[in-house]
Amino acid sequence: MPGLRHIISMKELSREDIERILEKARELERFARKERSNMLEGSVLATLFYEPSTRTRLSFETAMKRLGGEVIDMVSKEVSSAAKGESLADTIRVVDKYADVIVLRHPKEGSARMAAEFSSVPIINAGDGAGHHPTQTRLDLYTIMRVSCLEGLNIALAGDLKYGRTVHSLAYALSLFGANITLVSPKQLRIPEFIKSDLRARGIGIRETESLESVMNEVDVLYVTRIQRERFPDHEEYMKVAGVYRITGKLLDGVRDNLIIMHPLPRIDEIAPDVDRTKHAKYFEQAFYGVPVRMALLSMLLEAE
Amino acid sequence: MREKDVRVLPIRNGTVIDHITAGQALNVLKILGITDKSNSVVSVAMNVPSSVIGTKDIVKVEDRELIEDEVNRISLISPKATINIIRGYEVVMKHRVELPARVDGVVKCVNPNCISNTSEPVVSKFLVSGKPVMLRCAYCDYVISENIAAHLI
Repeated sequence: MPGLRHIISMKELSREDIERILEKARELERFARKERSNMLEGSVLATLFYEPSTRTRLSFETAMKRLGGEVIDMVSKEVSSAAKGESLADTIRVVDKYADVIVLRHPKEGSARMAAEFSSVPIINAGDGAGHHPTQTRLDLYTIMRVSCLEGLNIALAGDLKYGRTVHSLAYALSLFGANITLVSPKQLRIPEFIKSDLRARGIGIRETESLESVMNEVDVLYVTRIQRERFPDHEEYMKVAGVYRITGKLLDGVRDNLIIMHPLPRIDEIAPDVDRTKHAKYFEQAFYGVPVRMALLSMLLEAE
Repeated sequence: MREKDVRVLPIRNGTVIDHITAGQALNVLKILGITDKSNSVVSVAMNVPSSVIGTKDIVKVEDRELIEDEVNRISLISPKATINIIRGYEVVMKHRVELPARVDGVVKCVNPNCISNTSEPVVSKFLVSGKPVMLRCAYCDYVISENIAAHLI
């Protein structure tokens, strides 16, 4: 798409931009399954992960390799130049000479935007602290498009809405599709006020509640997030809210037939294993859809269309 | 000579910033980068009675004509301030400060986890909107809408 230079947050994208990415993902999904492609042969992806990741890093690597590209990796920050105190800006200005595209996960908010200022190749934000995680959002949207319907959705976002970056990006994106959003969280973990006012300014319906039970039967999508221990300033604060929401098979009595349950994973105890066997559980499918969506982004950024 | 004239002497050449929100004169100096190391002759009057805004502060900087980018930053903490450029005791230009679209290196982001608060080689950068004045960090999206003066660098 014209102007697609970096992937930093969802806010810069129009509905049409998002739809084009999702269409591209649909077109490439077959290469994430059985078929093979050499579309990105000769291109190199660098993955710079300053924070742990399993799904995001592996699905980027899979996407690149299944399209014929190569992947380089800084292994871990402990054994790289970062351990010697190198700034992120310097690392970016070195790695952009080796790779055609850089995927970055960094603990500081705004790090991807800063990296984009220094980089001569596209930067893909794979999570910047409690900030954005735009590729997760695209795969969330793709999952909803594939197994439900994006238009006029009733969705509940539940769990850690304060530190959970996936829900911030997702809420912005859903606002473009006229969603009704219910925010379910304990008081301490409510979505930041500035995000809420941004969303309201976009004219979408938002309500807030602490009770998950009260909304279960009214929604098409229940998006559950993990309460992230690593984002809390201290253990005591974490313990006050840990395990506050738990989806069980019993809780699904009386839900809409078409309800889908999503989770960016990893889960701890938010969703009981007995839910996995129900038709509502879509989180493993969601994890798979990370591959075609990241294929689409890589191919669009590298202009391999 | 009237009392008012004694209090605020006219300057021959330079910039007079008038109608500054009372109490903000020292922050105005900070925004303009005028410190004890500066050589400019600077006069500051605080809590001066004003028929327009009740009480006001005034800053006069001699022999320096402040450029628009510099003075517009003042609008972050004093939106009603006026700028008078003086040449040969005459006001040759007078205008109100206007909110700039962006301010770099003026305000510190309140988010301790923002990349602009690290040793990375970047200065803080905010997108500005009003009214009331609201600053949004161009890196991490955090918003400052209250007590902006407390976050001046």
